[in-house]
Amino acid sequence: MPFGNTHNNFKLNYKSEEEFPDLSKHNNHMAKVLTKEMYAKLRDKQTPTGYTLDDVIQTGVDNPGHPFIMTVGCVAGDEESYEVFKDLLDPVISDRHGGYKPTDKHKTDLNWQNLKGGDDLDPNYVLSSRVRTGRSIKGYSLPPHNSRGERRAVEKLSVEALNSLDGEFKGKYYPLKSMTDAEQEQLIADHFLFDKPVSPLLLAAGMARDWPDARGIWHNDNKTFLVWVNEEDHLRVISMQKGGNMKEVFKRFCVGLQKIEEIFKKHNHGFMWNEHLGYILTCPSNLGTGLRGGVHVKLPKLSQHPKFEEILTRLRLQKRGTGGVDTASVGGVFDISNSDRLGSSEVDQVQCVVDGVKLMVEMEKKLEKGESIDSMIPAQK
Amino acid sequence: MPFSNTHNQMKLKFSAEAEYPDLSKHNNHMAKVLTPAMYERLRSKQTPSGFTLDDVIQTGVDNPGHPFIMTVGCVAGDEETYEVFKELLDPIIQDRHGGYKPTDKHKTDLNPNNLKGGDDLDPNYVLSSRVRTGRSIRGFCLPPHCSRGERRAIEKLSVEALGALDGDLKGKYYALKNMTDAEQQQLIDDHFLFDKPVSPLLLASGMARDWPDARGIWHNDNKTFLVWVNEEDHLRVISMQKGGNMREVFTRFCTGLTKIEELFKNKGHAFMWNEHLGYVLTCPSNLGTGLRGGVHVKLPNLSKHAKFEEVLKRLRLQKRGTGGVDTAAVGGVFDISNADRLGFSEVELVQMVVDGVKLLIEMEKRLEKGQSIDDLIPAQK
Repeated sequence: MPFGNTHNNFKLNYKSEEEFPDLSKHNNHMAKVLTKEMYAKLRDKQTPTGYTLDDVIQTGVDNPGHPFIMTVGCVAGDEESYEVFKDLLDPVISDRHGGYKPTDKHKTDLNWQNLKGGDDLDPNYVLSSRVRTGRSIKGYSLPPHNSRGERRAVEKLSVEALNSLDGEFKGKYYPLKSMTDAEQEQLIADHFLFDKPVSPLLLAAGMARDWPDARGIWHNDNKTFLVWVNEEDHLRVISMQKGGNMKEVFKRFCVGLQKIEEIFKKHNHGFMWNEHLGYILTCPSNLGTGLRGGVHVKLPKLSQHPKFEEILTRLRLQKRGTGGVDTASVGGVFDISNSDRLGSSEVDQVQCVVDGVKLMVEMEKKLEKGESIDSMIPAQK
Repeated sequence: MPFSNTHNQMKLKFSAEAEYPDLSKHNNHMAKVLTPAMYERLRSKQTPSGFTLDDVIQTGVDNPGHPFIMTVGCVAGDEETYEVFKELLDPIIQDRHGGYKPTDKHKTDLNPNNLKGGDDLDPNYVLSSRVRTGRSIRGFCLPPHCSRGERRAIEKLSVEALGALDGDLKGKYYALKNMTDAEQQQLIDDHFLFDKPVSPLLLASGMARDWPDARGIWHNDNKTFLVWVNEEDHLRVISMQKGGNMREVFTRFCTGLTKIEELFKNKGHAFMWNEHLGYVLTCPSNLGTGLRGGVHVKLPNLSKHAKFEEVLKRLRLQKRGTGGVDTAAVGGVFDISNADRLGFSEVELVQMVVDGVKLLIEMEKRLEKGQSIDDLIPAQK
């Protein structure tokens, strides 16, 4: 390593036990994995851009636990974080992603035609359908660590690439710093825009620095295909529409995403990807496909059923409130999406959502009629 | 410089313009002073502990402006920050501290006998009196930058030193991490405890990292003398009591502070101080005496008077709400304190508070009787 990391080297004047964080009240993946010995072993390391162990874990130290969901408690600052700090991140990944081993390979499948069904979810229950993923642009640091210069370069590159899209994908870029408060509120209410960073999980990781510089949203004229620039990842790509036609949403998602990848490759900026971790993103929870596909669905009765959580677990699904992560459900309407990200393909994960939601809507209907759903409880997928 | 700063070096690959922050919507001291040319000259520098220009200014970039008060928009990460980045900090200090020049000398006077009067502020109006200052322990980084090991070392040293106090200063240390939520809320309501960090100004500068590790409050049995450990500064020393006897408060303040300084010196640890900047603290606004002396005083009529702000200014006083900085006044009760920190001694500043508050109360009494206060309007001090 040609350079040292001044601040990190300064900290080495203190013993490892003196620097080891107090994780006694903590409940997140990082806290479960990081032992004193591991800390001692990793603390003098840095990635080529200067990202250190303390940088990786800061968000997990500052946020002991989350009421709704077991948080990861660590982030990557660049592609190399996953290599330099693999002693910590491999077990976190394994714990988070259902036992995924350091030797496992991840498969990518963005061929929407491999999805079976999905065009007939009952619109009386399924209010909207959405698929999102993230992409990181090779050669740049990630949002917890990047400089203003890097972030602006990512924005510039992204806007050039997106502006060359046409047909149903033709659209426009709206930088956050030029948006009025009213426009921004409307886009948040429409579920199009990302939150102003208030989550302590995001803030502690440093992703909100310099806000709103070089952040923005690009969307097509129909508002069915959106790209967020420089929020939690370099890019978040989203396909969405009202109603239950998940097949159409997924088709647009795959087609649009592939067009974007082509354009970025032409500009000599591939996406961060490898055959073990799939697509590399800021949060270890989003590795693999980075895909969260889901619906807003009315399940007032099923959600009160004692077996609701169990059913979701068996279907490999998770629930959130309709404001997204960190929110509660309103009026019996839930955001139901795939739990998995790594170790199964995009098609596999959307298939889980399609099949699972179909079953839950049937269960809801049974419960409405006062009938039992015991015969419908699925086996663990 | 034996080490370099990996992350900072990496940023140098981008041009200065590419990295220069967008300050177009900003209104703080840093934004007024930092030109692109200055940014270019300073961006490759670092202090011996690795604090860089971007570290200094991050809080000011992330917080464009404050509704109640013109914020400083930058912080120090260690004692050397004020030297390495003097090109930025000298003009800010000058702007903030009434024209204080780089060649000026600051005087310290902690002799309470030099205060005239101050023991007879009308308790029908003055509800409480308080004097606080901060101290930094030489050889350690400051709260925006310090590691857990450093912070804990400061805590250990402080607890040992304070444990040696006796007489009416005898007291006990309460580590934040052992406090119940109820205890903590009570201490906040009593105006004894520091806020849980929610202010974006504090959060953006990194002072809240690892909260509540190594933070705590020490106070004497009477709860009239308190020390905060590892909040915005290494130490905040506070003397306070109900009523208007500021003289007594200031006497206890000086006596206690002098004893504490002795105890630290006996342990081989001086406070950061130099003859130009006086006591060195995290925020440039607190340089010099670091002293804020004030009262909670009922001024419902005067506060509505058209000349209230002007009167305060001339008396070299400032108003805050009774929750401290970032809060609004409740029920006509204001926190009135000295506006200056640097270029005046401790005695001089408390004298201004004593004399000024006495006058403000006279004015309030006049207005109660429906009389004019025009003849009482003071000249600019």
